[in-house]
Amino acid sequence: MNRSTVIPFGPQHPVLPEPLHIKFVVEDETVVQAVPQLGFVHRGLESLVRTKDFNQMVFVVERICGICSCIHANCYCNAIEDMLGVTAPPRAQFLRVIWSELHRIHSHLLWLGLFADAFGFESVFHQFWRIREHVMDICEATAGNRVILSINVVGGVRRDLNLDQINWMLGELDKIENGMRELTRTMLDDYTVQERTRGIGVLSKDDARLLGAVGPTLRGSGWECDERMHGYAAYKELNFVPVVEHDGDCYARCKVRFNETLHAIELVREALNRLPESELTVKLPGNPDGESVFRVEQPRGELFYYVRANGSKMLERMRVRTPTFANIPPLLAMLPGCKLPDVPVIVLSIDPCISCTER
Amino acid sequence: MGFVENMIKKSRLKSPWIVHFDCGSCNGCDIEVLACLTPMYDVERFGVVNTGNPKHADVLLVTGTVNHRNRHVLKQIYEQMPEPKAVVSIGACNLSGGVFKDSYNILNGAHTVIPVDVFVPGCPPKPEAIIDGVVTALNALAAKMGLGPAPGAALMPGDEDAPKAAAVG
Repeated sequence: MNRSTVIPFGPQHPVLPEPLHIKFVVEDETVVQAVPQLGFVHRGLESLVRTKDFNQMVFVVERICGICSCIHANCYCNAIEDMLGVTAPPRAQFLRVIWSELHRIHSHLLWLGLFADAFGFESVFHQFWRIREHVMDICEATAGNRVILSINVVGGVRRDLNLDQINWMLGELDKIENGMRELTRTMLDDYTVQERTRGIGVLSKDDARLLGAVGPTLRGSGWECDERMHGYAAYKELNFVPVVEHDGDCYARCKVRFNETLHAIELVREALNRLPESELTVKLPGNPDGESVFRVEQPRGELFYYVRANGSKMLERMRVRTPTFANIPPLLAMLPGCKLPDVPVIVLSIDPCISCTER
Repeated sequence: MGFVENMIKKSRLKSPWIVHFDCGSCNGCDIEVLACLTPMYDVERFGVVNTGNPKHADVLLVTGTVNHRNRHVLKQIYEQMPEPKAVVSIGACNLSGGVFKDSYNILNGAHTVIPVDVFVPGCPPKPEAIIDGVVTALNALAAKMGLGPAPGAALMPGDEDAPKAAAVG
């Protein structure tokens, strides 16, 4: 006879720093149902558009998520620029790509470390975070802050890179890449890691599409889908190729992120070498009026912004759809049938960002 | 008996165990708290251990905006910690609500829910500032154990009724 037990996971849980609460209904060691409860991180952020003007909102949207703040601001600024009918100058477009990709590198390194920690491989967690400090150093030296960079403004960027900084950054990028290549064998070719991740939390190719997965979760299931392929900012001029894996399990998602980190290093290097000369900002023609939609690729997947304005300084409405929100239905489909010790691994495999989702 | 008690007190100060609770942060402060534990800063070499269990912890690190839903969780975690205990409030959102201060469901800081010993300002504060905050909290902890003077008290800027706490960073 099966007796079901309810095990609460969170809101304060060692494996996930964020307050997410999931109730797991388990029979013996097998999870039969997962019920998420949200709202711990709700800050009422979208309502702030009525009290802060559209230039100040850049700083608020950056604080939706500290891990990919630059990409949030990039998406918001692009949406407003579309509405105003202006385009950021070429150098600003390249600088946006550089800082966005730096954020992607640090986000993926952070995730790879936490993922290794989730199945108890603590020394690899420390190794990845040691490499990550190089990215944080670059951010601090070029933008002035380690985590929240605040370099995007509507119409361009606020900071420039000089030749010394570019040369120093290229050297640091080499260190990051060497560190990653040294860890390839430890992370991807290791027997224990494969035992804990291969065949766990499988999301089939059809399910990934039907449930609306985005980002590495979708690309790990074999779909070649990345917003950067559409060529916003300077991606159309760079040599971008999406990273795809076909197994759809936790290992495939891990491999997508690992290879994407290496590809992001290439992108930053290419952008630094081909940085065009131009102004950093354009003059804005007035207040925004109308509606606009913009999509960019976050480390976790597709990020969507909708803004509506009425010609005044304040926006009328802003709506954000974040990748973790899209990845929760696939997650809930992956969990039933898994063993309880695999739950942290599967939950982390979609790279949940609760602060993005609940805002 | 007095000797053993003193030994336990000194050991708790020498190797403080911390528990970290993210109220509703943007993750900026959380990853900086985690960065303190990783090889670059590595507070574990000084005996600071990150524990997941509030019942084992001496110091509570709070980050993020406190809202009406998570303040009960914060209070519960604080109450589960054994006495004496110290609280470090990290980041602009946790000090006063930060950029979200005007929002409809935000309480203006963790000090409105639980007593805070040390405030670490910044958005997010650097790991060095967080480590400095924990060291200051240990002085507060020592004072609560009767082993030393309390750290210099400071009021939150523009907040007259804030509890007396040390500001670092």
